[in-house]
Order: sequence, then C-alpha cells, then structure tokens
Amino acid sequence: MPFQLNINRKPRTVDAAEDTPLLWVLRDELDMKGTKYGCGIGLCGACTVLMDGTAIRSCLTPVSAVTGNITTIEGLGENGKLHALQQAWIDLDVAQCGYCQGGQILSAASLLALHPKPTDAEIEEAMTGNICRCATYNRIKAAIHQAAGSPAETKGEVHAGE
Amino acid sequence: MPASETFAQFDADMQALIAEVETISPPVAMMGRRSFLKLATFAGGGLVLAFRLDTRAALAEDSSEADASNLNAFVRVTPENTVILYSKGPEIGQGIKTAFGLIIAEELDADWNTVKVDQAPINSKVYGYQGAGGSTSIPRAWDQLRQAGATARAMLIAAAAKEWKVPVSECSAAASVVTHTPSGRKLSYGALAKAASAQPVPDPTKVQLKSRAEYKLLGKRFTGVDNLKVVTGQPLFGIDVQMPGMLYANYIMCPAVGGKVKSANLDEIKKMPGVVDAFVLDGTGTPAEVMPGVAVIAKSTWEAFKAKAALKVDWDESSASKDSLTQAAIKAKEIGAQMPAPANNVGDVDTAFGSAAKVVEASYDYAMVSHQQLEPQNSTAWWHDGIMEIWTPTQQADRGLAMVAKMLNLPDEKVTVHQMRAGGGFGRRLANDYMCEAAAIAMKVNAPVKLQWKREDDFAHDFFRAGGYHFLKGAVDKTGKLSAIQNHLVSFSADGSRPVSGGARSNNSFPTDMAPNVRYAVSLMPLQIPCGPWRAPTDNVQMFVAGSFLHELSVAAGRDHVEFLLEWFARPLAKSEGPPPDPSRSYNASRAAGVLKMAAEKSGWGKKLPSGRGLGIAFSCAYGGHVAETVELSVDAQKHVTVHKIIVVADIGPVINMSGAENQAQGGAIDALSTAMGLEIEAEQGRIKQTNFTGYPILRMPSAPPVDVHFIQSDFRPAGLGEPCVPPLAAALGNAIFAATGERVRTMPFKRAGYTI
Repeated sequence: MPFQLNINRKPRTVDAAEDTPLLWVLRDELDMKGTKYGCGIGLCGACTVLMDGTAIRSCLTPVSAVTGNITTIEGLGENGKLHALQQAWIDLDVAQCGYCQGGQILSAASLLALHPKPTDAEIEEAMTGNICRCATYNRIKAAIHQAAGSPAETKGEVHAGE
Repeated sequence: MPASETFAQFDADMQALIAEVETISPPVAMMGRRSFLKLATFAGGGLVLAFRLDTRAALAEDSSEADASNLNAFVRVTPENTVILYSKGPEIGQGIKTAFGLIIAEELDADWNTVKVDQAPINSKVYGYQGAGGSTSIPRAWDQLRQAGATARAMLIAAAAKEWKVPVSECSAAASVVTHTPSGRKLSYGALAKAASAQPVPDPTKVQLKSRAEYKLLGKRFTGVDNLKVVTGQPLFGIDVQMPGMLYANYIMCPAVGGKVKSANLDEIKKMPGVVDAFVLDGTGTPAEVMPGVAVIAKSTWEAFKAKAALKVDWDESSASKDSLTQAAIKAKEIGAQMPAPANNVGDVDTAFGSAAKVVEASYDYAMVSHQQLEPQNSTAWWHDGIMEIWTPTQQADRGLAMVAKMLNLPDEKVTVHQMRAGGGFGRRLANDYMCEAAAIAMKVNAPVKLQWKREDDFAHDFFRAGGYHFLKGAVDKTGKLSAIQNHLVSFSADGSRPVSGGARSNNSFPTDMAPNVRYAVSLMPLQIPCGPWRAPTDNVQMFVAGSFLHELSVAAGRDHVEFLLEWFARPLAKSEGPPPDPSRSYNASRAAGVLKMAAEKSGWGKKLPSGRGLGIAFSCAYGGHVAETVELSVDAQKHVTVHKIIVVADIGPVINMSGAENQAQGGAIDALSTAMGLEIEAEQGRIKQTNFTGYPILRMPSAPPVDVHFIQSDFRPAGLGEPCVPPLAAALGNAIFAATGERVRTMPFKRAGYTI
C-alpha cells in the first residue's frame, strides 16, 4: 500500500507492505544505500536514521509507523555542504571498513542535538547502541569532540617512531 | 563421495587456501630478469612480471575516462592531469585502496591531491594475486606497485626529454610535473601522458626505486580515499549493488551442516506476496561452495526474508553434524591428561624437568568464535549472454572466479567478477560460499539476483575459529632460564588425521626452538563444523597460551618478566630446513627486543601500582610483524575489569600510511580485547546456539580503552597490519589481571572465569 514519507526534506511516496521496515523501503524501494542492514533486531545501529532529529533504528521501524521527518546519512549535509560530523570523520580518518559509520554519524548527530558539547560519558552512553566491528571507537569519540568543539578527555596517540 | 569425505576434502581445501594465502614468493627485486621471466609460468603467487606491467589491454573495458592514457595496468593519466591508480586488491577495512595508491604514487611522483584510486578489474593474468589474507597484501605487492610507479615515471620523463630534445638525465619529476632542470621548462603528466604511453616500458627490475629517506608520501598521515563516499552514504559495498529488474534471494541451509532437503512447503511459499520463486538446490555438498538448501526469490529483500521465515523444511540429517562442544570439552580433558608420542622432540625434556629449579604445569583452553563482519554475506549474480557476472564483497575474488567457473563448468573467461568493498573481512571472506550460492541461484533466475544473508545466517554458517585445549609443562633452570617445555594440544579434525583449518600448532607461538628441550604433540577429536581462518589464525589463540605461560614461568622463577623475555629472545634459534627464510617475515631477535623494550618504557614497566591495578606485557611475531603490547587495568571485587590503557609497539618495516596503520593497530588490539573478554560460540547437535548479537557481546564504545600506538620503522620489506596486532593482546590482558589479582586466567573468553568488562 502507498505511504507518504518525508525523507531528507523531500516528500516521497512509496508502495510497500505496511510491515516493511523503513530500512528496506529506503534501500530497495528508494535506492538509498547509505542506511545499512546489520542485525535486523536493533542491536548494532548500522541502520540508524533520524526521525525529527532523534536517532531510531530503521530495521525495527515499520514504514507504517513512520510519523516524522526522516533524515538519512545521504541527507545529513545540507546545500551541498558536509555536516560538521562528516567533515570530522574525514579529517580524523575514522573509518576502517566504513560499514557502520553512517549509523555512527547519525547517532552522534542525535547526541549533539541534545548535548552540543558532550562529555566522554555522554558520548559513550549515546553511542553504546552502535557496534563498530573494526573497533574504531577511539576515533569516533575524537571526531565527535572535534565536530562539537568540545575537548577530548582521553585519546590514543600515535608516534612516528625512531 | 560420502558426506564425511566431502567434508574432509572441504577442510583440506581450506587449509591449502590458507597456506597459499600466507606464503609469499621471494621478492622480485632479488631476482634477475631471466628468472623473472621463468617464474612467470607460475600462477598467482603475487609475482611482479615485466610483461604484465605493459598489458595495456587490461583496462580497455574501462571507458570512464576515454581520453586517458594507460602507462601500465596500474597507472592511467587524463589530459586534465588526473592520475588514476588501480588498486588490485579487495578493500575490507584494512585500508589497502589508500595504501596501494600511496605506494604507486610515491614512485610515480604523482601529486596526491589529483590522484584518484579505482578498483582494478579481476584478472590474475594481468595483476597476479588479487586476494587479501595473511596480512600479505602489502608485502606481496610492494615491489610490483613500486615498479609500476617507477616505470611509469620513467616513461613520462622519457616523453618529456624527447619533446624537449634534451637528455633524460637533465629532467626530474615531482608532484605530477616533469621539469627540465637547466631551462626550468615544465610539462604536466597530463600533457605528457599520450606520448609517454608510446614509450618503451623499461625493465622494472632496473628502475631505481627510492630509499626510505627520499619518501615524500609514505609514512605520513592520509585519510582514506573513499572516506567522502563512506560518510555521505554513497553505494560502495556488495550489499549496495542495484540493477534494473533485480530480484532478491535468501538461501536456507540445514542448521546442522551436512543436512539435505527431504521436502519443503514450496507451493505455500510461492503464493506469498512478492515471492517470485522457491526451489531446492542440491548444491555441491561442500560448505566452501554450495550446501543443499532452498532458495527463495522475491521482489524485495523484506519479502525474501518473510518467505524464509515461513519456509518449513524437513531435513534429512543422517549425514549432518551431531557435534556437541560441551561434550568435546569433557573429552578434551580426558585426552589431555595422556601425553601421546610427540610429533616434535628436541633435547631431553625429562632430564631437564628432573634438574629444573622450577616446574610449572597448567592447562589452557579457548572457545570457538565467529567472524561477524558487520556487512552480512551477499553477492549479486546475473546469468546473461552465456556469461556469469558477479558483484561480491570478497577477500578472494580471483579464487572465487575460478571456483564459480569450475562449479558451473564454464571457462574462466565466461565468469566476470566485480570486486566490491567489503564491510569487514576478518578471514571470513576468504571463503566464497556466498558467491557460489548466488551464482547457482542465478542460473535458475532469469534476472540479476542479489543473494542476501540474514545476520542469523552469518552465525549459523560461518567458518569458525576452532577452539582448542593445551596441556603444558614448563621448566626454568637454576640460572632462571626457560629450559624445557612440553605442549600437548588437543584440537579438532575433519578427517581424523590432521587438525582442522586454524587448529594446528602455531610455530610462531610454540616454535620448535622455544627452549633447549621441547616436546610437542597434538591429539585430535572429530568435528563436522566448518572451521577456517579468523584474523591471525592459530596465533590469535596460541599466543594467548604461550604469552601467559611464559609469564607463569617467569613468576615461578621470581624473574622480572621483561628481563626474562629479553633473555629468551636471545636464545639460540634452530636452523630452518629448506631455503633460507624471508628475513622481512621471520622472527628477528633484535626487532623483538626493540618493540618489547619500547613497550616497557612507554608503559612505565616496573612502576608501583595501587592495589587492584595491574600491568601486563606480551610479545608476538606473526604475519611479518613484531609487536609488543601492554595492558594496564583495574579489577574490582566483582571481577569487573576497567582497562585504562593499551600500548601497542609494532615493527612492521616502513609505515605506508601512518593514519591507516594507527587505525589497524588500535582496531586489532580492541578486537582482540573484545574477543578475549566475552566472545564464544557454542554448539549442540551440530547447531550453533548463538543466533545474533544478543548472545555474542562484541565490545562497544564504553568498554573501549585508549590505545597508544608506536612504530619502530625499519628498512625491512613492510608487513601488512591487519593481523599482527591481534595475537599479543590476550596474554598481556591475562598477565595484567594476574598482576592485579593474583589469579591466572587460563580460559578464553575470560567471562568463563567470571570477568566482565
């Protein structure tokens, strides 16, 4: 059946069974591949999108339950400009395989909307639902601090050696 | 072939694959031109072949930059001065696309800001080895890529010299521009490309390569070449493939490996909304290709998943796995108590034990674990015009291509494989089962079809890291030196005669020259659950055992552990049989001492720590990397562990991309921490109990400690870095827990001993 959605500031009409998770509507119906399938039960965070600015798990959200405006990783930047988080992710070379990072960035965007200058503890709490199998957690934390302009409390260092 | 023989054959194939992946042919730079051509007759092996470098036809299919000129199969330059470099290997998160680009660009003297790195087509005749395993991508390709860059640079300079009618010796290149030094005239690579492509290809073994001091790019920090696409959600991964008219599939196999389809409610499934077809595949019977099962084909992924949920299959489990890992653990303890006739015997172990100052006996074990790369397995396949075309996130596209061709009885030329970025590998994607399944399904579907596994499929049908059991006895003599070691490994076997893939004794962790007196033996228990390579195979578990037990011995002898290890590093080493080992890949006492000393210094080894706090250290040489790691942690009364800091010191030769290298070292250490603390696969009746992340607590951000990374750079050929930082962590962790609590953890995951993180 048809559903009216607002995705990345644009109205979209999709035809899908009402129990279809938003994840698969985005990926299969709308050909937007930035939102990733990881576990299908809301445990890994790869499918994170924003609904009215708050992080939700699109794999657990049936299309019929979408009540607000959706922002995906493709639409986080506006007017051709990267979001500060995206820029920090590039500057700090956060990604390894990169598969989880769209979801990580959107969870971080949801955090910054509530806590513009988050502490380490606030970052850890907000990001605990997002698995990075490559374990880039230190860089994710540093990138959130950089985007927010808040000082990093702990950080791994690197040295070029002798 | 009976099912048990097929399964044994599968494991043998997997072991051959690992051996092939981990073996590197001698570096080409060490050979003359004659042997160069002679060796060209060998398939694969990562050899750099002169005539391959000028195989311009390789990229003829790439028409994206029609005006661009190919200088060789790795380098293409557009008239607008964009340098397009081809990465021949799979990007699985190890940063190879960026590293390969940097190596070529360094010798090419390309302006990195105008470099674009693209994925090379899969064609082993042109590129040689195109897999990613055993941390060998960099060492295998090091000479080949440098020569590709240097020969292209020589051709660009030659073209400029010809244009200016000046000697080549008066010209130099930097940042994609050739300069005639006496006159100051300049020409960009873009302006020279067409003429350069008509220049003869210089002998790659004779072009001058840069010394480390001359590097302009290598060793500095670079962000990944695809990071913009990653952070804006552009399609990159296998799962992102979309084709017009594409259908979606899932494949349902018996939860106990080896089960066959007796019957299934296919008629019911075919009536479901969005379902296009459902059919049984007999498969080839090997887990590395296609096991028997049911394919469901639908118009969307969700409809395919709903069909999977509604599917009822009656399995014939007469040949299926009945394995119980709890029973295996009980049996291992019985077997372990009886030391069988040793496979390796050096010196006189019994006499050494008899005259020892201290003798320590201990048993260690570790659980089976799973890979769980975050992108579930998938492949898109399209059978059209007599060609099987496949898009896949594999670690072994070249190998997979040949497997599919053989399975479908097609010549290799009729199979095209497109390498997609992989959302993690960790060794799981060295197997190409999902690629074979997609191809087998596509033969029966008149459209492009994307096979999509569920997370639950990735748990049920992995090639697991085998568990194992070690029964150890060690002795320290009156001078405080390790004098004897006995290691009885109880492992698993698919064929009854040799350990499963990943289950053999590691000669890095337990070398035959570990002590003057050595006795090693392996006992085997049957297992019909597929096992395979998991990030740093064998060493990721056996370095835990070896590194912990060495600490037990130094503690028993009342020695400082760093001093004990430094003395142990300097022991006499056995002469290896056969050709001399590659010096950049093998154990080197001075490199070992270098990283250990620096780790001790950076961690403040010997400092006084408050009660409940401990510092542990361990060393490993595996996959060409010498790595020492320290863990500093606190343990509370409930055995909750807080890791304050991990320090990684690695000698992997020269660092290619400092940013990528640091990321691999941090990720490797934290992955090892995650696995050591909490990860375990259980199995009963051949069925894997864990089905999703609920029962498999991969470490999350609140438990991730800071990781300091230090590199000792050297002129050895570089090692890869996907694996070397994994093995030492678990022993450093256990040694730190011992320092903090006095309790020795001899089991992985540590949660079995009550520890949480």
